[in-house]
Amino acid sequence: MADSAQAAVQFCDVSYNLAKGREILYRLNLAAFSGEILVLLGRSGSGKTTALKLVNRLREQSSGEVLVDGRSTRTWNLIQLRRHIGYAIQEVGLFPHFTIARNIGLVPELENWAKEKIAARVEELLKLVGLSSDISSRYPHQLSGGQRQRVGVARALAADPPILLMDEPFGALDPLTRSDLQREFLLLQQKLQKTIIFVTHDLHEALLLGSQIALLEDGKLVSCSTPEEFVRSQDPLVRKYVEAFAGTDVRKRGRA
Amino acid sequence: MNFWSFVSQNRLEIASLTAEHLWIVSIATLLAIVVGVPLGVLITRKPALRKPVIAIANIIQTIPSLALFGFLLPAPWIGERAGRLAILALMLYSLLPMIRNTYAGIAGVDRAIIEAARAMGLTDWQLLYKVELPLAASVILAGIRIAVVISIGLATIAAAIGAGGLGELIFRGLTMVNNAVILAGAIPAAIMALLADVLIGWLEKRFAPPREA
Repeated sequence: MADSAQAAVQFCDVSYNLAKGREILYRLNLAAFSGEILVLLGRSGSGKTTALKLVNRLREQSSGEVLVDGRSTRTWNLIQLRRHIGYAIQEVGLFPHFTIARNIGLVPELENWAKEKIAARVEELLKLVGLSSDISSRYPHQLSGGQRQRVGVARALAADPPILLMDEPFGALDPLTRSDLQREFLLLQQKLQKTIIFVTHDLHEALLLGSQIALLEDGKLVSCSTPEEFVRSQDPLVRKYVEAFAGTDVRKRGRA
Repeated sequence: MNFWSFVSQNRLEIASLTAEHLWIVSIATLLAIVVGVPLGVLITRKPALRKPVIAIANIIQTIPSLALFGFLLPAPWIGERAGRLAILALMLYSLLPMIRNTYAGIAGVDRAIIEAARAMGLTDWQLLYKVELPLAASVILAGIRIAVVISIGLATIAAAIGAGGLGELIFRGLTMVNNAVILAGAIPAAIMALLADVLIGWLEKRFAPPREA
């Protein structure tokens, strides 16, 4: 692994327990480097979403440190930390009472940008995520699922944060729309070079998008490697995950 | 004396009693909003306070209105003027629907939306006035509607302690055993309650967050 000083986000021996004592994460050590996509892969309940939420302090770890740009999240001003990190989730969480323009422009608005500058930024972002600027005056419920996800990504990018957290942002979409968005997302990332932590349970998505794949199981890190190393890994838990997905691969049907 | 002739002979008095009635209910409702909505917000932030606050508002609601007017009579400043006393009593009765609906409205906002707002770096204050209150507005308005309709009815009883309003005609009619006089007080009060119900109900729909059809 590269020099830890360069890590944009680093988990140092991080554990997270619920009040009742149930352990969600156990001594996690992991780093996301500047400009790469770190995929947190794992089944439901593996702790991947919790790990993500520790980064912008939607949850607080029980022990250990999470470093953002080399500084413990505990020493960051909470609001500054969150404005420094974009966040996009599966349920999108668009504000139903705001127009699309206002949804995307909210963080710039809170940062007191001038009105014209916000409008220009909204237009730029809509174009960036492949949406027509006609929709800017509409409300979220008037959009399709795919359009809403694009708006969610645009909103996360609004104030140009260097770090993005994404929790199954394409999970609720039909397979065709999902693969379109994944492809566009990769192109977008080539342009923007953000540090991205991306949570998914979908191995195909992880292999397609990840610079590194961290497999979590029961709150513990099983392995962290590049996609190429991941599929060749001999670790039994990694093999199990890969084989479970190989079994559902449509190309294998009929040959079994 | 029939109803219509009583009304036409006393239309000025009926109009001024109606205005007085409306005034008492309006001020009581405004005060209840000013006290009740912040209390409702407070119990979404401090869950430990939820039970005691709702319990107190509940207990107030169970006190019979005539008794509550009586209890408040010896209070300093308030007890000096029957109008003030009526406003305070109606305000107390309105608290429960205000507190409960503010709480329910905010608690009902989708968790994903709240979490997205926090993750975007909204402060607690911005979260409240930009996201939670606008999304809870229609539920809060439903509480106001219930409170206003109840208050318009209860305010007629305030005439028993001399607070005025349309209840005066009702009590006068009762002592005179004259239905026309009772109706001259009761009908305007009923119409006022219906109009308030329709008007606030319309506001409620306007402030409902847009949803998928």
